[in-house]
Amino acid sequence: MFRFAIKMLFGDSAKFYGILLGLGFASLLIAQQASIFVGLMSRTFAFIGEVGHVDLWVFDPTQSYVDEPKPLRTTALERVRGVTGVGWAAPLYKGLLVTTLPDGSRKVCDVVGIDDDTLAGGPAEIVAGSLADLRLPDAVMVEVGSSQQQMLFPAELAPGAVPSPGQVFDPNGPKRPVEIGDIIEINERRARVVGLVKCAETFVAAPTIYTTYSRAVTYAPPSRRVMSAVLVKASPDVDPATLAARIEEETGLKSMQPHDYSMRTLGYWMRETGIPINFGIAIALGFFVGVAIAGQMFYNFTLDNLRYFGAFKAMGASTWKLLGMVALQALVAGIIGLGLGLGAVSAFGLNAAGGKLAFKMLWQIPLIAAGAVLVICILASVISMWKVVRLDPADVFKGP
Amino acid sequence: MAAATSIPTASPAGTAIRLRHVRKTFGKGEYAVQALRGVDLDIPGGELTMLVGPSGCGKTTLISILAGLLSRDAGEMSVFGQDLGTLSRDRLAAWRRESVGFIFQQFNLVPQLSVAENVSVPLVLKGESVGSAVRKSNELLATLGLEGRGTSAPLKLSGGQQQRVAIARALIHDPRLLVCDEPTSALDAELGRRVMTLIRDRSRQPDRAVVVVTHDDRIFHLADSIAHMNDGVVDRLSRGEHLSQPRQSL
Repeated sequence: MFRFAIKMLFGDSAKFYGILLGLGFASLLIAQQASIFVGLMSRTFAFIGEVGHVDLWVFDPTQSYVDEPKPLRTTALERVRGVTGVGWAAPLYKGLLVTTLPDGSRKVCDVVGIDDDTLAGGPAEIVAGSLADLRLPDAVMVEVGSSQQQMLFPAELAPGAVPSPGQVFDPNGPKRPVEIGDIIEINERRARVVGLVKCAETFVAAPTIYTTYSRAVTYAPPSRRVMSAVLVKASPDVDPATLAARIEEETGLKSMQPHDYSMRTLGYWMRETGIPINFGIAIALGFFVGVAIAGQMFYNFTLDNLRYFGAFKAMGASTWKLLGMVALQALVAGIIGLGLGLGAVSAFGLNAAGGKLAFKMLWQIPLIAAGAVLVICILASVISMWKVVRLDPADVFKGP
Repeated sequence: MAAATSIPTASPAGTAIRLRHVRKTFGKGEYAVQALRGVDLDIPGGELTMLVGPSGCGKTTLISILAGLLSRDAGEMSVFGQDLGTLSRDRLAAWRRESVGFIFQQFNLVPQLSVAENVSVPLVLKGESVGSAVRKSNELLATLGLEGRGTSAPLKLSGGQQQRVAIARALIHDPRLLVCDEPTSALDAELGRRVMTLIRDRSRQPDRAVVVVTHDDRIFHLADSIAHMNDGVVDRLSRGEHLSQPRQSL
């Protein structure tokens, strides 16, 4: 009878496609919105992952997330280095500074200053140039992703060329992306592009500029506290978690492993912003749209077939057998609808890969979408099943 | 007009279905409707019995009870010696699966299934594989003049062909009791006669019985006995030469 149940489902093409549309649309909305949410939230701590190869981040205890400016005194670096078990410790500067382009336009950029000696904390992927070039005078490396959209140079100005005094550029004239040799100003100090790097998209959609720590602090506004964090590598055979506790105890600073710091940052954005609520509403809407469309279509499908179920019941089909048929129909429709929805989301994700759109489909997301579709199918089929349970087989003798 | 006999009546072939003082009421209180007010009836084995009477007289309720689809409120009933009132719901479903064939007025052929698949449903419900059941269905369909139509969609067939498919579905599992609800209502005279002849032939074994609910007086002469119902009781039973003669159209 289960084979017949499937044929009954596929045979009513109008309702079948309607059910698939509802379930597919629901799983599409749920998985797509969840993936964008995860992608967006991942950007809040993307910089922590970008730094990589460090065991611990040490920062001000009141700092809630990685982009929050709570600078440390320079002495913090030496205090951390003095903790037993610290293999090496390097300073890190991170702050938003104003950058002026040759045509006079100004952009807020995320300036990252890495340790002059070790260059620890540098970008993960260098597109052009060498990281060691950062040791050259005024050297900076510019991120290609955001900068190619936001840091545009007048096309008539050759890379490395300096505008002649009084030269005026047409703000609406042709533009070119930043290239090696270009001269910019960061907080009214000269900087020369020696390399191009690729960075993970961050929540702060400003172009990222890498330079050495010592140069970064000259770009930053004068202050006694300029160091954003200390990056720590534990000595061999030293447990990072134990070392983190020891650093906290001896310095009074907060020390966390990269993953924990990422979660701290994520937690801040989850708690303090309306982003989860907004995406939650979108995901809930997807669920309810699925319930409304697929549920109603499936219910109507069952109602249309009720007379046949009644005939089967009269012929001796048990109620459990009929419930099994309805459940199987819901399950098959759910699997196909889910597949269509997730397929569409995957295509969407592939199309969005490398672009500005935040999209990250964790393996849990298809499972969540599958769970939601399962709930929709259960809700839809339970109502339908109730009609089947209540079905009086004697009704088959009633007239049309 | 047919002459009345005393009821219940004896039959040489023995009694297949026996009803005594069977009552059935729908609803409660002031909305209660007494569908059966004490039916007494013996339906002989090996015969075709028709239930006739005006709309609302209780025919449908009666066949529903004797087919195990409805339970009686009071009275005694046995079908081939089995008191259906003692069976659980599951056992009753199993009994219907084994012992009853249904021909519905509306056919109730599933449009998404092929003709042979529709016919095979009773066998599949009994646990037979779909392949084997469909093969047997095609063989039976051939005997009913529907050879080669097994893969067709039911809605592609004419009304008469659909009725024959419904008959095949009712006969495929060789049931002891065949219950038919207005089997000729959608058929022309000639086809109606052929269908009823087929159904009557099916009843010609002592351990079989056919009960037909009908308003169609063109087929009365094909019955072995006719139970006339009125206001929830069987008030007359016609047999043999007392049955109505067929109209000229039949």
